[in-house]
Amino acid sequence: MLSSILFCLLFGAGSIFFFLNAKKIRRNILIGKNITISDNKSERWKTMLLVAFGQKKMFSRPIPAILHFVLYAAFIITQIELLEIIIDGVSGNHRFFRPFLGGFYTFLISLIEVLSVLAFIATFAFLARRNLLKVPRLVMNELNGWPKLDANLILLAEITLIIFIFMMNGADEVLYQRGASHAVNTGDNSFGFSISRHLGPALYGGMPDGGLHVIERIGWWGHLLMVLGFLCYLPFSKHLHIVLAFPNTFYSNLSKKGKLTTLDSVTDVVAPNFDPSYQPKTDPNNPERFGVKDVQDLTWKNLLDAYSCTECGRCTSSCPQNQTGKKLSPRKIMMDTRDRLVEVGKNMDANKGVFVDDGKSLLGDFISTEEIWACNTCNACVEACPVNINPLEIIVEMRRYLVMEQSQNPSELTNMFSNLENNGAPWQFSPADRANWVNEN
Amino acid sequence: MSSTPIKVTTMAEMMANGEMPEILFWVGCSGSFDDRAKKITKAIVRILNHVGIKFAILGTEEGCTGDPAKRAGNEFLFQMQAMQNITVLNGYGIKKIVTGCPHCFNTIKNEYPALGGNYEVVHHTQLVQELINSGKLKVSGGSFKGKKIVFHDPCYLGRANDVYEAPREVIKKLDVELAEMKRSRANGFCCGAGGAQLFKEAENGKKEVHVERAEEALELQPDVIAVGCPFCNTMMTDGVKHFNKEEKTKVLDVAELIANANDL
Repeated sequence: MLSSILFCLLFGAGSIFFFLNAKKIRRNILIGKNITISDNKSERWKTMLLVAFGQKKMFSRPIPAILHFVLYAAFIITQIELLEIIIDGVSGNHRFFRPFLGGFYTFLISLIEVLSVLAFIATFAFLARRNLLKVPRLVMNELNGWPKLDANLILLAEITLIIFIFMMNGADEVLYQRGASHAVNTGDNSFGFSISRHLGPALYGGMPDGGLHVIERIGWWGHLLMVLGFLCYLPFSKHLHIVLAFPNTFYSNLSKKGKLTTLDSVTDVVAPNFDPSYQPKTDPNNPERFGVKDVQDLTWKNLLDAYSCTECGRCTSSCPQNQTGKKLSPRKIMMDTRDRLVEVGKNMDANKGVFVDDGKSLLGDFISTEEIWACNTCNACVEACPVNINPLEIIVEMRRYLVMEQSQNPSELTNMFSNLENNGAPWQFSPADRANWVNEN
Repeated sequence: MSSTPIKVTTMAEMMANGEMPEILFWVGCSGSFDDRAKKITKAIVRILNHVGIKFAILGTEEGCTGDPAKRAGNEFLFQMQAMQNITVLNGYGIKKIVTGCPHCFNTIKNEYPALGGNYEVVHHTQLVQELINSGKLKVSGGSFKGKKIVFHDPCYLGRANDVYEAPREVIKKLDVELAEMKRSRANGFCCGAGGAQLFKEAENGKKEVHVERAEEALELQPDVIAVGCPFCNTMMTDGVKHFNKEEKTKVLDVAELIANANDL
């Protein structure tokens, strides 16, 4: 009874904490400009199914893809056990599903156990890749501090969680064999779970019943606390991708990657020169800033991108400019966008929901013009992202701000612009000479 | 290379004669003004002349598509260029366009529709593949037979528009050994020119992008690095020169391979 109350209190508090923070993230994302993405629903579901659920793009790098898939599968399947923990926790039952599911229950828990062992191995492999092998994209400067700690913390939490699972199942197995488990006895002498059937007796076979009950409960409560802890931690971590990868791929750009957005506010100025009957598409009394200076100028999809980023660095490791030692890193663009958005959100929290100018902006205080001007717009980062994030759009929008609002661009580009304007070509050739090649040898 | 003079008609001339072309050849700024790229332009014309396609160019009525301005953030200049070109193209009632440059290809195909320019647009490697497949163009390897050729994917043909196979299919017809770099197709590594980088100095770093890419291609010791973009051509040529390999490895456009091998 007491444990049921404690369970409900803990579970309720954890869920409310997560819900409040998730709401804040939703509000932060909606700080972005409103755009409508509602076309082609069937293609969108398909993309989400393939890219997020099926992790299709991960498999361009097979080793981390397989390791990640093991963790992902273990995470998904373990939810069944979590569901049972919730029911047991509220109702005071023990292994509520077992009498109903019978052999299928044995199969499910056995599968969870096998996946847990694989996940245990994968987690160590991930820790090794980050801390011993030092895979280049996982040890870059932009990960110093919190991002590096965040990644390692979650791996350590994963290991702890798996240990709890085996404490719980292992000790319970020994108790069941002795007829001392709180689970309903179905007339057999073992749960028959693939791993704990052997691991339990090997580890705890010599322990008295009292000690076993303590270990089983530590495992059970530990499992629950790890899950609730993870839920509360999620909004502050790159691991938010486990949720946001799904909407983010659903709202993916379905056009050809080469197509950049058309600025209607610019069309409204240019088009009347060519078509006197042109009707403006934007409100002339409420002119928008050209391009992007701060997070408020980005679209909600750009901001959803930022929260969906797992900082895996596939974008950066495929960026031609980054790989030749330039400052530009598409991953840093996304991390900066998220950091600035979180800062703006805190500012709003402190000022009754209204943003008070803090004299800072995403471009300038987080992202430098040197990074922005280095981009080749080659789409390698967009192609590489396993959850269809688009760093290129943010870069181009910042160039738009620099050129059209600030007239700040590398001087060679000013030359290119004026050649284009005067000669219709980016170089200083006369338009009258454009077809001279026909008669040249 | 054949010494037969090329035959090129402008849209203005065609209209004056009351004729319409099957296809408009969009030459592009590089193809019109850059001495190296003009050779690619002529190779494309030789192919078109050879198969007898009725085509036209805009000539002095053509202007930059606006790609470098748009990628550099100058949307005003881009839209000015775009609308000027669309006015000309729509005025002539153009339906189908072949471009000699993936940047022009991408811009006209993907970014002109929003501004009122709707055309069927193909890259020249796609047109050549189409001509070969329909039997209109018969090709043999000529002097390239048995040579090792590596194809460098232009970003604006490949990743930007998912065209990976057309240039490769065309090259394979030459009876050559088609080699692939580690980073190819969707994982292709940029030549360093796109995004208006061709027009400015690179930011500080360890290496130039085109040197990195040329190094990767040269590791395969190819006879030819094949490209499908005049910007890539410039960058890869510079990269090959950087390693003093211009005697052994030529940088040639797919159109040049076809035109030269078949003495068009």
